Order: sequence, then C-alpha cells, then structure tokens
Amino acid sequence: MHSVRVGLFLIVISSISLVETSSGQGAAPKDHPTSSEALAAWQQVYSVLTYPRCLNCHTGTNYPQQGDDRHRHQFNVVRGQEGRGVPGLTCATCHQGATSKATGGANCAQCHQGADLNATGVPGGHGWRLAPLSMAWQDSNNKRLSPAQVCRAVTDRTRNMNMGGPELLKHHEEAELVLYAWTPGRRPDGSQRTPPPLTHDQFVAVTRIWVEAGMPCPQQ
Amino acid sequence: METYKLTVNGQQKEVTVDPSTPLLWVLREELKMSGTKYGCGISACGACTVHIAGQAARSCVLPVSLVNERPIVTIEAMADDPIGHIVQNAWVEEDVVQCGYCQSGQIMAAVALLKSNRKPTDKDIEESMGANLCRCGTYVRIRQAVKTAAQQLG
Amino acid sequence: MSTASTSNRAAVSRRTFLQVSAAGAGGLLVSLYLDWPSIAQPSPGPKVYPPDAFVHVRPDGKIVIQVNRLEFGQGVQTALPMLLADEMDADWSQVTSELAPAADVYKDPLFGIQMVGGSGSIAHSFLQYRQLGARARTMLIAAAAAQWKVAPSQCRSDASIVYGPNGQSSKYAELAAAAAQFPIPEKVQLKNDSDLRMAGKKVRRLDSRAKCDGSQKFGLDLDLPGMKIALVAHPPVFGAKVKNFDASAARAVSGVQDVFELPLVRGSGVAVVADRFWAAKQARDRLSAEWDTSAVEKPDTAQLFAKFRGLAAGAGNVAVARGDAEAMNRIPEDNRIVAEYEFPYLAHTPMEPLNTTIRFDGDKAEVWAGSQFQTIDRIAIAETLGLKPEQIIFHTEMAGGGFGRRATPDSHVQREAATIAKRTRGTPVKLVWTREDDVQGGYYRPMHLHRVEVGIGDDGMPAAWRHVTVGQSIVAGTPFAAMMVKNGVDETAVEGTADTQYTIPHFLVSAHHPAVNVPILWWRSVGHTHNAFVMETLVDELATRAKVDPIAYRLKLLSPDAKKLRACLTLLDEKSAWRRSLATGHAVGVACHECFGTGVACAAEVSVEEDRPRIHRVTLTVDPGFAVNPLTIETQMQGGLTFGLTQLVPGGAITLKDGRVQQRNWDGYIPPYIKDAPVAVEVYIVPSVEQPSGCGEPPVPVIAPAVVNALFRLTGKRYRNLPLTDI
Repeated sequence: MHSVRVGLFLIVISSISLVETSSGQGAAPKDHPTSSEALAAWQQVYSVLTYPRCLNCHTGTNYPQQGDDRHRHQFNVVRGQEGRGVPGLTCATCHQGATSKATGGANCAQCHQGADLNATGVPGGHGWRLAPLSMAWQDSNNKRLSPAQVCRAVTDRTRNMNMGGPELLKHHEEAELVLYAWTPGRRPDGSQRTPPPLTHDQFVAVTRIWVEAGMPCPQQ
Repeated sequence: METYKLTVNGQQKEVTVDPSTPLLWVLREELKMSGTKYGCGISACGACTVHIAGQAARSCVLPVSLVNERPIVTIEAMADDPIGHIVQNAWVEEDVVQCGYCQSGQIMAAVALLKSNRKPTDKDIEESMGANLCRCGTYVRIRQAVKTAAQQLG
Repeated sequence: MSTASTSNRAAVSRRTFLQVSAAGAGGLLVSLYLDWPSIAQPSPGPKVYPPDAFVHVRPDGKIVIQVNRLEFGQGVQTALPMLLADEMDADWSQVTSELAPAADVYKDPLFGIQMVGGSGSIAHSFLQYRQLGARARTMLIAAAAAQWKVAPSQCRSDASIVYGPNGQSSKYAELAAAAAQFPIPEKVQLKNDSDLRMAGKKVRRLDSRAKCDGSQKFGLDLDLPGMKIALVAHPPVFGAKVKNFDASAARAVSGVQDVFELPLVRGSGVAVVADRFWAAKQARDRLSAEWDTSAVEKPDTAQLFAKFRGLAAGAGNVAVARGDAEAMNRIPEDNRIVAEYEFPYLAHTPMEPLNTTIRFDGDKAEVWAGSQFQTIDRIAIAETLGLKPEQIIFHTEMAGGGFGRRATPDSHVQREAATIAKRTRGTPVKLVWTREDDVQGGYYRPMHLHRVEVGIGDDGMPAAWRHVTVGQSIVAGTPFAAMMVKNGVDETAVEGTADTQYTIPHFLVSAHHPAVNVPILWWRSVGHTHNAFVMETLVDELATRAKVDPIAYRLKLLSPDAKKLRACLTLLDEKSAWRRSLATGHAVGVACHECFGTGVACAAEVSVEEDRPRIHRVTLTVDPGFAVNPLTIETQMQGGLTFGLTQLVPGGAITLKDGRVQQRNWDGYIPPYIKDAPVAVEVYIVPSVEQPSGCGEPPVPVIAPAVVNALFRLTGKRYRNLPLTDI
C-alpha cells in the first residue's frame, strides 16, 4: 500500500515537471497546478489524513481509537468536553509527550536524543487530545468518510477553526500533533508503530500543491 | 545518569538517575515514597497516579526527564489536602478498601475529579474513574464514596 | 449458636481444599495425607493455642492481635481480631492487627498448614479466635482477682478494664505481665450471643486509613539497606531452556550487578540483579536470549479445544453416576438439549505484582512475602537454600490481592527468589515479577470444555443429565492429589456439577484430564467458575422452556435438603420485586450456587449499551451461616461479583498460539473496569445461627450466568463460550 501511494505521488510530481518543461516561457508557473493535479494531490493528502496515526484521533464518536485496526481506545477513555478527556483521566494523564521529537519548549528530549524516552510504549506529544467533532473524518459508526467529505470538512472555515489555505499548510508543516504521526514510537510489545504512507516532506509538498490550486474538492 | 531537581509535595528534591526512568520509580526507589504503586507499567491501571501541575498523571509512563519544574503531588500529601482528606475520610467511612493496592491511584483520580467538579454526576464519576483498575471489585463502594465526599465538600 | 469444639467444625466444612473426615485433631489427620519431601509430617500446632502468641497487650494499652493467615483484601485482619477482642472484652479502639509470621502455632486448625484459601479463614478460625479471646480474658481476670484477693467470679471486664466487687479496677495494660504467669486454661466458656458486642455487627476495617494515605506497606514496597532487585527472563514456551544468551548490552546498563542463567521449576531462565527496578528492567529488555523449545509441547488454544472436543465425545472417568444410564435414550430428541461450553485459561492478575524478598546468610535466612501458603513456601525455600525450615524467619507481608495466585503448591516464585538469594548471599534481594511476567507466566485457571446432554421429563424438569468435562487436573502432581483425585477425577473439576443439589434422577458426570504444557492453579472459586456457569445457564434454559419463573423453577428443582440455597432464593424473590417491572430494553437474569459451605443467589438487571452488557443493579442474597461481620460479607459479595466478571468481559481470556501466550499485560488480558461492574449491588444476608462458612469465593460463580441469562431475554441467544465477545 505504502509503495503504491509513493508511486502515485511520484507520478503527480513528475507530471507537474513535464508541464513545466514542455510549456516553456509564459506557461503556467509551477505554483498553479492544474485542477486534476490538485485533485490528485488531495488524494495523497487524504491518504495521510485517514491513516490510523491521524484518523485515530479524528473520530466522530465519544472516544478515540488505537492501533492500525483502529479499535476503540482501551481503558474506557472518553472525549470529554474539549476533546482532552475528563478530570482525573485527561489525555495527558497517560500521553505525556515522550515520543514526539518536536515536543517543544524547555524539555530535555531535544538534547537527550540518545535516551530511550519511550520505553513503555505509550505514544505522546504535548497537548495530546482528540480533534473536535467538527474535524471528525469518520462517521459515528467509525467508517472513514470519503475524500470528498473529508475535503469539505477540512476546507470549511466554520468547522476547521477558521483556517484558510496558508494556515492549513502551516498546520501540516509544524503542528506538533501532526508531526507525531512520523515518530509514533514503539508499542508496549516493542514493535514499531507504522507512519503514514508519505514522508512528512512529501505530505507537505502535496498539501502545498493542493492549497495553491485553491483547495479543490472532488465532486462526489 | 542525569541529575534532576524535582518539586515533590512542596519540597525540593534532587535525584540522579537515567533520564528514561519513569517518575514512578524515582518516587519509590530514590525518594522512598512507596504510596504510589506499580501495577502494570503501561498506564493501563492507574495505580501510579500522581498529580503534575494539578492534573492527574500516570507516573509509570512519565520519564523523569520530562517533568521539569512542574510540581508533583503524591498520595502522601492527600491527608493535608483540603479535598484529599475529605476523600480519604469518605473512603474510610464507606469501607471502600479491600486489599488496598489500587486505592492510592483511585483516590488521586477522585481528588482530581473533585478539584475540577464539586458536583459530579454518576456519569462524571464513572468517566473520571473509568480507567482505574481494582481487581478486588470495590467499584460499587468507590462510586458511593465519591458521592459522599462531594456532599461533604458542599 | 453452639459452642461446639473444634472437632465438630471439621464435620461442618463441606468442599474445601483438603478433605478431612469428621474426627478430632483435624490437623493431625490432614498431615497424614501430605507428602512433603523433606519433612515427614508438619506438626499440626497445639490444640490449646497460647494467647501470648496471638495477642499482646502493650504497656500503652494498645492491643496487637496476630492474624494467622494472609490478608489480601478479604478482611480477615479485622474479622478475626474482632472475634478475639469481643471475647476478651478489649477496647476495640486500641486494637491493631499484624500478619503473623510463619510458625506452627499459626497453622490453620483444620488444614494443619499455615495458609489461606478455600474461603476458610472465618470458617476454620472462628472458634479458635474466640477461644483465644476468652482465654486471655480469663487470665487477665485471674491476675486481677489474685491482686485483690477476691474470686475471679466476682470480677467483670469491659473495654480493657477489669472491675472488682468493691470498686477496684485495673487496666489490661497493667495486668498483662502478671496475667502471662497464670496457667493457660484449656476449657473456656464462650459468651452467649446476646453478650457479643461486635460479632454479628457491621464493623469497619482496621487497615482502611493506612491503605488510603499511602502508608500501608505491601511486599513490593519493602526497602532494606543494600537491597537488590532481581528480574528473571522466563522461557517464552513453558518449560523451555536457555540455549544461549548475550548479556553484554544488559551488563552495560548502569546499576546492573549480575546476569546469570537460573534453573527454574521447569526449564531455565536468565536472572538480572541490579540496584534498582528500572535498571533491572532495562537490562532484561536488552538481553538477547535464545531458547531451546525442542523438548516441550507447544500448546495452541485452537488445537486444544479441538482435542478437548474430541475427548468430550466419550465419557471420561466417572465422578458420579446415579439412576439408569439408559434413561436418556428413552427421551425423545425434541425433549433434549445438547450443549457444548468452552472456557479459556484465566490469569489471576492480582493488583500487586508477585514479589518475594530473601536474605540468605549461609546458616539462616529471612524472607518477606505476601504468601497464601507460608508453610509450604518456607519448606520450598529451605530446600533450595539447604536449610531447615526452622532456620528461616518468614514474614507475612500485606498482599495486594491474590485470588489463589499466591498459593502455589510448587512455590515456584519463592524457589526462584531463593536461588537468586543464594548468589547474592548476605545481601537481601527482591525478586519482582513484572505484570508481563504475571500475564504470561502461567498458573492459570485451566481451560475447560463441557459437553452436556439434558433429557427433559414430561414435567419440564430434567430427568436425565449426561455431563462430560475436559480440562487439566489442578492437583495432579501436587501433594494434594492423594486426597482430591478419586477414580481419576480431580474433584476441583467437578465441584458444582457432580455435587449439585438439583434433583436429577438419572445423572452422570465424568471428566477427562489431558496433560497440557501450561501450568495451572486455582483462581478464586476454582471449578465453580465454569461449573456454575454451565449449571445455571442450562437450568435457566429449562425454566424458559417450562415457562416457569427462574426462581420458582430452581426452588422446585432443588432438593429439599438444599437449605441454604432455598433460603437464598426465597429471600431473593422477596428482595427483587423490581424484576417484575423493568424499563424497556432491560431484562433480569437469575443464578444461584453453593460452594465452600455458603449459598448465594442473585438477580441482575441488564441492558445492552454499545454492544456490551450494562449491569444496572444486582440484588444478592447469601447464607454464610452466622455472619461474623456483615460489612465484610457485604463487601466480599460486591467484590466477588465484580471479580467474577473477569470471565465475562471480552478481554477475559489467556490464549496460546504455537506455544506462546498471546497476551502481554492488561492491554491484552483486560479485566473489568468500573464501567463493566454493576452500578449498584444490594446484599441481603439470610439470618442464621449455624457455623460460619466462607465468603471470599461464593459470590464469584453466580454473576456470569446471571448476566447471560438476562441477555438471553434481550437477544434470544444462549451464550456458551466465555468470554463474551459478541452479544
């Protein structure tokens, strides 16, 4: 699956390059990809957004999910009013920030890279929480929404914390909980969690293509 | 090995340990505070619950190197805490404990709930205490004791 | 309530760990059956228990009472001292209790070894502790009377003070030293019921406060100067051996003292000894060990159930056979139920991980352990260290739960610890089993498959019943086997079926005990855990077919001699009037069972929420004979019900694939949390003056069948496989 998506990504990128070279001067500059290229880029973005590392917190229910099989998060944790759990059992109660390299602020993880700070298998990052229900990318039966539905959700400023294209791009580039997906750490049994099908750089690149095309959404 | 300055129950402590050492083991073995318990090591049971900067935190998955200056409060401080001692009294009044091993964590979770919500509903109690495991099955009495404590807090 | 002597107590105990016949000196009789390797017969302990071994009156007035068995949640550190203090007229506010170390005088009066299990604490030590209290009081009064030169009969006692006939008074603390000089009276008069102040009343636990403020120390909390921590890498397949291992990365962890191969009860492992737990754990995680699994069977759950199913097709060794073996054949097939049940391995997972601390000094040793089996463990440690048991001081630590896990006939954890202590000679070492070790380390409630055929008579009652059970024998290969295996049947496998009090004229129960490479153990209520599930779900099915109320049906089917169950069901009917008017989507399920001498019945109100049973309330009735501390009984019933749900919740199974346990921790073997537990449990105790019987185990078996009996009414399905993964 991973290699197929990477392959598709490369096709998108190379087709853009072809457009550039064949058009010569006065052709469309590279920051205005065609609509079909942008839609293809969106499919790539969608593949990351709906990957378990991201999807598990973008639920349409009262709870997060866990694992590649996206089972309901154990231990009866719940969303709470602000998506951060409930008093006594907030997300941060367990998810203390040990896996994400970009934990930010003054903490030792930035320097002490050699220490295995994630020896127990609990993933983490500062501000660990559920995405608001307005950013649910699954329905209440835990079924993934379609590329069209997710695209509409993500671009709806009444639902996405009023983010326009540049803000969305920055979110994908820098937000700590987004970055978590690429250093998701090891599970309690020692095996590594799988990152999304694109690298972070690839993800940012296709996001840029899509944003610069005006964030078109697929029809259906 | 690194040296860390920690604030534990209002006191300054200094420990020298491997940076990945969970706070749980720093409390138990370096500071000889055995009230916080080891049950599972993967934050599944809550026996290790402490408060960090006023929020419940499971110390078995928190590397000491990530605590920094945030104040740590443990079960040992609850007798002197305005809500903590009411919760402990309710626990004793309602005869909650059996083996007692989970109860430090249960009480820390209950105190975190009541600090935030003086009038928890049954659902609030069930959600906040939802991930604290008790193998002896004292849940029925825990529910009652939280309500008793809430009533006394008025 | 009679003041029968200890010998009559033996007759009253029904199904217990070790069967003894009714005759005096229960301890002696038991010891004849035990085949200990290095001690011919453990001495049973004195018949007249000396008060000074059990109660110490301090000069400051505090009274410290020794408890002769482990406290691991069941409340015995309050209930037994209560009995003693009541007879002694001690000031309860000055009483504290301690867990007695291993010694002959603390042996269970019935079993002849120091232990806790079989729900026997109150049942076996009820009269013993009362007699101790009466003796202490007698001696204190004798001392006061001698000082005042009056007759003891002219004195009375109350709240730790003796009063004389002419206004004299003297505190127990003042009299204690003199009292100890008086002869210990062999015969004592116990109080009449009406004179008891505490027994029979709700009395709160003595250990609550310490368990709420973090000051209670458990075995795992022990801290001794210079103490080391040890972890052991156990073989991934039971009984396998270390082939080779590379300790270099492990030794590189700061604080690691030693890494070495260790023989285990079966197979071998690798021990890591370090200054701190975290260092030991990091080191063990970095061990690369290769295992030789060639000589051991690799159990696989799917294969085992298939094998068990094959065995169940034919009758096994007969546990009980009555009536006409051909009666079933005369019952039309339409009037028969054929049911197959599957039960997985269950881990105990008490809240406090297993641990033992030992310091070996060459000619003696000191042990600290929260052990359910002090006598047996001390013998095992002595063997391992080349000492006599008397050379070992064995401290009983408060334990964070046990449920049978700390009562291992092979003392495997203690042997591991002793082997390591030999190497760290002079330095105390604490062996810790991590939660992963615990979940994966075996000693599970055995997996079982049942095949039952029931032939229903014209009256709607079961006329014929053929029951085959397949599962490992728990006691085979242990010293308990001689007494508990009859005709090739391990009694623990058929308790609750073979001895059912339901009247079934043509009745056959048999068992197969295949050998499987998985170590097994009791699990709170043992065979009743699965046997009650089978009985109570089948009886429920019969009641449904007969269109009779489930309580009424059981009352009809039970023998007239089933006094306790009848009393429980009758009381339950009275106290569960709510079951006749339930909210939409709610249903009630009923179950009853008697074990360890105590009858329990319950009605559970259940609905389905998010694909799981939601238990809104349970009304439970219990007949435990005389209720020594009704508060303890209430908490045990509530707790035991919840413990019983371990079988029902979807994560409640240990499974094996290719020889390896598939679960690692509580993220794979998932016990009940507060959401899974009943929201409310009301307990009603049948009033009784009979001998007290056990309360720790009797509530456990009834909840799972009660819940699935309720679910049937909501879904129309009968649930025959545990755990309940799909509703």
